[in-house]
Amino acid sequence: MSAHAHGTQHFDETKRANIKFSAEALTTIENLMKRYPEGKSKSALLPVLHVAQAESEGWLSAEVMDYVAELMGIQSIEVFEVASFYSMYNLRPIGKCQLEVCRTSSCWARGAEDVVDYISKKLNIKEGETTTDGMFTLKTVECLGSCGSAPMLQCGAEYHENLTEAKIDALIDRYRSEGTRKNYTDLNYTNSK
Amino acid sequence: MSRKLLLTHDNVPNLHTIDVYRSKGGYASVEKALKKMTPEEIVEEVKKSGLRGRGGAGFPTGMKWSFLAKPEGVPRYLVCNADESEPGTFKDRYLMERNPHLLIEGMITSSFALGANTSYIYIRGEYFYVSRILETAIAEAYAKGWLGKNILGTGYNLDLYVQVGAGAYICGEETALLESLEGKRGNPRIKPPFPAIAGLYGCPTVVNNVETIAAVVPIVNDGGDEYAKIGIGRSTGTKLISASGNINKPGVYEIEMGVPVEEFIFSDQYCGGIANGKRMKACVPGGSSVPILPDYLVCKTATGEDRLMTYESLSDGGFATGSMLGSGGFIVYDEHQCVVRNTWNFSRFYHHESCGQCSPCREGTGWMERVLHRLEKGMGNMNDIDLLVELAKKIEGNTICPLGDAAAWPVAAAIKHFRHEFEYHVLYPEKVKDSKHGHKEPIMPVKPAPVMA
Ligand SMILES: Cc1cc2nc3c(=O)[nH]c(=O)nc-3n(C[C@H](O)[C@H](O)[C@H](O)COP(=O)(O)O)c2cc1C
Ligand code: FES
Repeated sequence: MSAHAHGTQHFDETKRANIKFSAEALTTIENLMKRYPEGKSKSALLPVLHVAQAESEGWLSAEVMDYVAELMGIQSIEVFEVASFYSMYNLRPIGKCQLEVCRTSSCWARGAEDVVDYISKKLNIKEGETTTDGMFTLKTVECLGSCGSAPMLQCGAEYHENLTEAKIDALIDRYRSEGTRKNYTDLNYTNSK
Repeated sequence: MSRKLLLTHDNVPNLHTIDVYRSKGGYASVEKALKKMTPEEIVEEVKKSGLRGRGGAGFPTGMKWSFLAKPEGVPRYLVCNADESEPGTFKDRYLMERNPHLLIEGMITSSFALGANTSYIYIRGEYFYVSRILETAIAEAYAKGWLGKNILGTGYNLDLYVQVGAGAYICGEETALLESLEGKRGNPRIKPPFPAIAGLYGCPTVVNNVETIAAVVPIVNDGGDEYAKIGIGRSTGTKLISASGNINKPGVYEIEMGVPVEEFIFSDQYCGGIANGKRMKACVPGGSSVPILPDYLVCKTATGEDRLMTYESLSDGGFATGSMLGSGGFIVYDEHQCVVRNTWNFSRFYHHESCGQCSPCREGTGWMERVLHRLEKGMGNMNDIDLLVELAKKIEGNTICPLGDAAAWPVAAAIKHFRHEFEYHVLYPEKVKDSKHGHKEPIMPVKPAPVMA
C-alpha cells in the first residue's frame, strides 16, 4: 500500500532543495552513525529515519528520503526499501497525534473494538482517517507488548493503558489543548504506571 | 512463596538508577566474572545451569554459546533480542523498564564470556521510551566504569549500544533482526550458516533474548548448579510469564519452573482466576504462535496428569493434545470469546507481519485470513474448514523462517479442538452476524471434556 502511495507522488526538486534538519537532529544523526564499525554506518538507518520523521511533520516524503540518503552516503532506494518495510514509518501525511489502537487478541478480548468505535464516533473519523483540523489520525496496529494492561493505545512515545471512555476523553482533551505533534522520539516521556 | 531471581527487587523505588541497583548487590556478577573467572568457566556455568533460551525456542544457552566460532582477528558480537513482538508477551518490557541495569549487567558478563567487545540491544521501535530508560542506564554504567575501556582495570573493553527497530514482528527472528540491525529490511536469512558462524556483518554472533541474558547474572553469582536446583528436569530456573486475557490479575509473574498451571491461573498469587466470575474456555500458554488448548486440556494433560509450567509438561501430548511454553505469553479466554474470531485475529496478525519472501507464507497467510474472515462472518461453508487445515499443512515447514509455522499451528489447533464452533458459524450464520457476537452471551456452552480412552 505504501509503495503505491509513494508511486503516485511527484518528486519535487524545489521542496528537496529546501529541506534542512535542525542542528540538533543533525548532531544526533552524526552520533548514531558512529555506533557501528568502520564502513557499517548504514546500520544507523532505522534510528535515523525516526529522527527524520520527527523533523518532517511525522512522515517521510520522497524528498526527505532522498535527503536522508545524502546524509548517510547511501542510495535513496536503500532508504525507500527500509521506509516501506516497517510499520512505524508513515509514507503519507498524518495528524499531529496518531492514535494507534492495538487490535490483537489480548486487547480484543478486553474490548479493543469498543475503543476503536468510541474514538471513531468521538472524532468522527474512521480507521485510517485524519480529522479535518489535522489534529488526530486513528490507526489500528498489532500487539504493542502491553497485553496485560489491555485495551491500550500508543500515541508518539506514550502508552495509554487500561483504557476506559473517561481516560480516552481525558487524553484527547489534553492533546487538543497541548496542540503539539507527538513523535516516537519525544524524550521527556516515561511510562507513568 | 516462589523464589525470584530476576524480579527480586522490582518494587524498590528508583531501581532503574545505578546507585539503588548497586545497593541491592548489582554488578556483582561483572566483578566476579572479570576478576575471578575465565570466559570458558562462565560458559561452563551456563551449561550447568540448564538455562534454555527464553525467546521462544528454548534452545540450551550454554550449548549455543559453545558453538560460537572464534577465528583469529575477527570480531564477535553479542546481540540482545528485545524485539518482543509475539502477541501476549510483555515480560521483556517489564524487566527493562523496571530493572534496566540487570540487562546491562547480563550483557557485560555475557559479552565477556563470548569475547565480544561491541554488543547491541535491538529493541522494538514501539518501546521507544524503554530505549531511553536503557540509554540513560547505559550512560550511568559508562560513567561508573562498568562499560568502556579497561573495565575494572582488567583490560577488558566493551561498548554497548541500543538500536531501535521500527515496527515489524519478523525482526524478532534472529537473522531478520541482524538484517535490520544492518539497516535493511527484516528479511530472514537462509540458515545455515547460523549466526554463530556468520551473523552480524558476517562475523560470529550470538543472539539471545532479554530474559536469557538477565538470567546469566544469578547463574554467575550463585553458580550453575544452584540455578539448576530450581525447576523440574530440563526446565530449570525461573521463568517470566506475561499473563493476559480474561483473568483477574493480568501482569508479569516470575515463577519457578514447575508451578502447576491450575495454581497459576486460579491462585491469588498469580492470575487470580477468571475475570467477572466467568468460566475459562481456552488458553494459549506460550504466545500467539503456540497451539490453543481447550479448557479441559489446560490444567490436566490428556492422560489426566497435572499440567505444569515447564517446557515438557506444556508440550505433553504433542500437537494433538498439548501446546508449548514458547515465550511465556500466557493468554486466557473466557466463555464469551469466540474461537473463530480469535483465530481470524491471529491470522490477520501473521498476514500483516509476513515479510513476503516466501510464497507459501506470503500468500498462505492472506488466504487463511480471508477464509477465516468469511467463516467468522457466517459466510463460509463446511469445505472451508478443511481448506484451512490443508492450507496450514502447506505452509508449515515450507518457508525460510518459522513465521509460517507460527501462523499455521494456531489455525490447525483451533480447528482440532473447536471444530464444532467453526461448524456452528456455518450452520447458524444469523447468530454470528453481529460483529461482536459472543461478547454478550456465550456463542455456545463450553464443551465438556470428551471421555478419553
Ligand atoms: C517469527 C519469529 C519471531 C520471533 N520473535 C522473537 C522475539 O520477539 N524475541 C525473542 O527473544 N525471540 C524471538 N524469536 C526467536 C529468535 O529467533 C531467537 O531464537 C531468539 O532470540 C534466541 O534467543 P534465546 O535463545 O535466548 O531464546 C522469534 C522467532 C521467530 C521465528
Ligand atoms: S494484544 Fe494488545 S498489546 Fe498485546
